Amino acid sequence: MQSDDITWSIINKTFCSFKIQTKSQRFCRNEFNLTGLCSRSACPLANSQYATIREEKGIIYLYMRTAERAFFPAKQWEKVKLSRNFVKALQQIDENLVFWKKYFRQKCRQRLLKITQYLTRMRKIKLGRQKKLIPIKRKVDLRIKRREEKALVAARIDNAIEKQLLQRLKDGTYERIYNFPQEAFSVRVDGKEEESDIEEEELDDKEEEVETDEDVVGELEKEVLEEERREEMDSDDGEEEDDTDEEREFVADFEESDEEDEDLEDAANRMSLSSEEEEDGDSGDNENEGESDLEREQTKISDSPNKKGSLKRSKPPQVIKRRGRARLEVEYEEPETSTKVKITS
Amino acid sequence: MAAPSEEIEIEETQEEIVPEIRPCKPARSNISDIKNKNKRKKLCIELKRKKRTEKIKEKKDRKKEAKRLGDDAPPKKQPHTIESLREKDETMVDDEDDELEQEEATDTFASYFSKSYVPKVLVTCSDNPHTKSIAFIRELCRMIPNSQPMWRKRSSINKMIKRATANGFTDVVIVNEDKRIPNGLLVVHLPEGPTALFRLSNPKLCKEIHRDHKEISGHRPEVILNNFKTRLGRVVARMLGALFHYEPEFKGRRACTFHNQRDYIFFRHHRYEFKNQERVKLREMGPRFTLRLQWLQQGAFEGDYEWALKRHEMETSRRKFFL
Repeated sequence: MQSDDITWSIINKTFCSFKIQTKSQRFCRNEFNLTGLCSRSACPLANSQYATIREEKGIIYLYMRTAERAFFPAKQWEKVKLSRNFVKALQQIDENLVFWKKYFRQKCRQRLLKITQYLTRMRKIKLGRQKKLIPIKRKVDLRIKRREEKALVAARIDNAIEKQLLQRLKDGTYERIYNFPQEAFSVRVDGKEEESDIEEEELDDKEEEVETDEDVVGELEKEVLEEERREEMDSDDGEEEDDTDEEREFVADFEESDEEDEDLEDAANRMSLSSEEEEDGDSGDNENEGESDLEREQTKISDSPNKKGSLKRSKPPQVIKRRGRARLEVEYEEPETSTKVKITS
Repeated sequence: MAAPSEEIEIEETQEEIVPEIRPCKPARSNISDIKNKNKRKKLCIELKRKKRTEKIKEKKDRKKEAKRLGDDAPPKKQPHTIESLREKDETMVDDEDDELEQEEATDTFASYFSKSYVPKVLVTCSDNPHTKSIAFIRELCRMIPNSQPMWRKRSSINKMIKRATANGFTDVVIVNEDKRIPNGLLVVHLPEGPTALFRLSNPKLCKEIHRDHKEISGHRPEVILNNFKTRLGRVVARMLGALFHYEPEFKGRRACTFHNQRDYIFFRHHRYEFKNQERVKLREMGPRFTLRLQWLQQGAFEGDYEWALKRHEMETSRRKFFL
């Protein structure tokens, strides 16, 4: 007890390792300090009879120290676990600090209140949202970006997608939609030329085109289509010019289904036999499809009506084939009497 | 044996010290040992030139040989790429693997692939999203059929998951935002399914690719999942695929692609047209972004981490990839 005053006079005037001096206040960093300030009554070094409230892992304890135990530093502090019930804890404090200074009882009660408050706040926060902030390290981020660019180059995504789509086409997932004849993939037993196969395909497409064209009304629409498609996609001039001569004749064939070209007699034979069956089967669908496709493509700028109704519409390959002069010529060829031929040429 | 004895004799007789004949070392073992910079530089250039000429010569010879042999020519040598030098992963799988099939028949996505339900996706963002994030979410909703965008309203993810399951959603997609652009994507598969966090980068909206979003029709798109080779990759691929309807409308000719390259998943949205059986024409529409898997968790935002990217352990090798 006597040494308290001496200790305080030294700590106060000269140096205390727990003391932190700021402009307005003096703080005490000692973990057993009751108020956190450096003052005569609150200094744990300068008071041999001392009490604090401390919290460890959510459990609150009352620590007490008496002058008798001042010489056993390891056994100085008496630790009492306080009840979780706040009122009971207050009573416990009062019991334990019955004969102590009023100062200690008051300050302990205040400290207990503060601690319980912050513990409840912590628990509440835990129940709600916990945002985890993941820091982004600059160098790592740059490295990731760089590698991504290189991976993009190596990926050649368009090629991969095209390959996949063609694979799916071969596997027949689009069976009913596209009419690329499977003959081209299988080995021809007859040993006929491959060229005829290719022409067959084109013929197939054009057949459907022919059917759908019947439903198309107005030259303007077609011109609009022309322009649009030319903007969108490239046309291969070479192919189509070669084909056009032959195509014209075929279209005529299909109308009457008897006339045959000398060059492509066999092909035409096959076509007339097999394709007519196909035509009949598909004609219903294709007509609707073609119709709606055209409408759709004309009115690309307008939105909703087309979209909503578009569930039943399809875009068979015939539409693709239209891009370019040949297809358009075919269209105009079909109704032979009209003067539409002039427009294309 | 003659040489040393001769030397000795000479030494004895002439009393001169003749140095022993040692085998000659090259004047320098490495160009870098030369201290003179000019000389070093010159030699280096010469060396490179020599190497180059040798290489060209080799190439010519190879070509000649190939021509000469015609059909018997050895196959063309392929250059090394990072993909070809990739470290072999134990979990790499081919497509047709019995064990794999069995496992996939009983995992959490089996119900999707058995076409028992239609996926219903909830798309949301973080609190107070900025313009770009909002636009991004709108685009995502256009991409994914049967999806619904919603404001976050400060709800926690766990609560959101509960409410979503109650309302019949099958997937939740949360777009995380940082510095006014979306930079993260959390995909939660709802009925107790896995959760995956992706880092989103380079998000590009329709407008930025100069495409009108009105060109996107309402048809259900096809999904293309490229290059997912390992087991983990397959899980991720199935997860991303399960966001879309199981039966695409081929009439719409829309394709959504998730292409994996070196652990970066590139997302693209195209309209395709078959020019003929050998050529497809693609027109890119819609948003474009890249994903990078951060972690994969077993439960719906709870549970063990099936896989997590730990930079230090995992990024030491440049040839090791996980997807």
